Amino acid sequence: MIAVCPVGDIPPGEAVRVDIEPPIAVFNVDGEFYAIDDTCTHQDASLTDGWLDGCSIECPLHASCFDLRTGKPSAPPAKNPVRTHRVSAVDGIVTLWPGEAPEGAA
Amino acid sequence: MTRTIAVVGASLAGLSAGRALRKQGFDGRILLIGDEVHPPYDRPPLSKEFLSGAGTREDLDLVQEDDAALDFEWILGQRAVALEPRGRSLRLAGGREIRPDGVVLATGARARRLAGSAKLSGVHVLRSLDDAIALRSDLQAGRQLVVIGAGFIGAEVASTARGLGLDVTVVEAVPVPLEESLGTAMGQLCASLHADNGTRLLTGTGVARLDGDDRVTAVQLLDGRRLPADVVVVGIGAQPNVEWLAGSGLDLRGGIVTDARGATGIPGVVAVGDCGVPWSETAGRHVRAEHWTHALEQPSAAAAALLGTDTTPSPRIPYFWSDQYGVRIQFAGIRGPDDELHVVEGDVASRSFLAVYERNEVPVAVLGMNQPRLFTRWRRQLHAAATV
Repeated sequence: MIAVCPVGDIPPGEAVRVDIEPPIAVFNVDGEFYAIDDTCTHQDASLTDGWLDGCSIECPLHASCFDLRTGKPSAPPAKNPVRTHRVSAVDGIVTLWPGEAPEGAA
Repeated sequence: MTRTIAVVGASLAGLSAGRALRKQGFDGRILLIGDEVHPPYDRPPLSKEFLSGAGTREDLDLVQEDDAALDFEWILGQRAVALEPRGRSLRLAGGREIRPDGVVLATGARARRLAGSAKLSGVHVLRSLDDAIALRSDLQAGRQLVVIGAGFIGAEVASTARGLGLDVTVVEAVPVPLEESLGTAMGQLCASLHADNGTRLLTGTGVARLDGDDRVTAVQLLDGRRLPADVVVVGIGAQPNVEWLAGSGLDLRGGIVTDARGATGIPGVVAVGDCGVPWSETAGRHVRAEHWTHALEQPSAAAAALLGTDTTPSPRIPYFWSDQYGVRIQFAGIRGPDDELHVVEGDVASRSFLAVYERNEVPVAVLGMNQPRLFTRWRRQLHAAATV
């Protein structure tokens, strides 16, 4: 379990990168937090730096898109999913459980 | 009655059109017809990772597991040769005739070749997977490569070939490479990457002829210089594959002329990707967009036009990228000849910066070198401003 930052440090529509190995990107989508592997599965690029549109994050380099809820690629060239991780706000702190499945995920 | 839509062209735009039709609820037959035998593959790596050997054939595959559920009928290795007026009959090279209810034209573009170079071995263009395989086997360390054309393809091939240990010279007819896309200052800056990395760049001179009997031996320039060459790559642009549509009744001036969504003048026929010349609201004219992102995004609007789905598409502003010599160049927006250029972050000397093009003090385009995060922020802002 990792305490990432105070909730207010990731406003809606923004993201932070958690510099662990491998790095994880945490997004705030209208108050809901999502965490996925930060590195695009197509080529080395940080998804934290990408274009967030609803629950879709577009890689800043080659426009691959991933669904934050499932980690699945929704637009090429990426073909492989990124891992999703459990994350939530606990007492005002964005808290991340690397490697644990998100709550509600199958 | 089962309805049938034929998608002619099975690359990124064609595949994206098939996916978009399904996503928008079309449950009839979708035929994906391609003249290449290969299932859809990604072209950008052909001049980079695939050409260098760092990437494999499998890395290029565009078809995903999820696509199986979309139930496409693939007709590969067969070229479409005619579309009857009113678009209700499609003829393939083997003689097969298809009578679809709707047609998506996605035949793309092909590399322009140098006149009189067809017989010489060692002379390549780079557009298709087969082109890339042939070129890759010819790019051997120590050889002398001459690249004709310093556009993005030419520059990326030069970069990859340098990495493979070839001696590389790039020849460009205009004084400033990429000037039309990026403007003078940024064109010059991108061109300087060649010298940074030991590639010779000769600008402002055309090619008179290629020398050699069976295999190319030299490139003769119009200014009298002669460049010895073991391998030549011709990267002088692409032309849309639309000749087969002559007589179809479609407007073919510079490609298949369409509205912003991709609808042609013939009901039930749309065009997407590199073969189309869609109306651009931002540019105020029809523009042929040869970018990967255009081939990916436009089919959604075209599918809606074909199905009569009521959508108000908000296409993203044009975006393209190029990876050369380890430098990531990204560009978004529509640049004009008189735009003012401001470097807003970093500095050009370090090859890490962001430059904004302004018209009447309004940002209209942005170029980044090795600045993906900042670039993406600007790209979003430009998109937001354009869709207000």
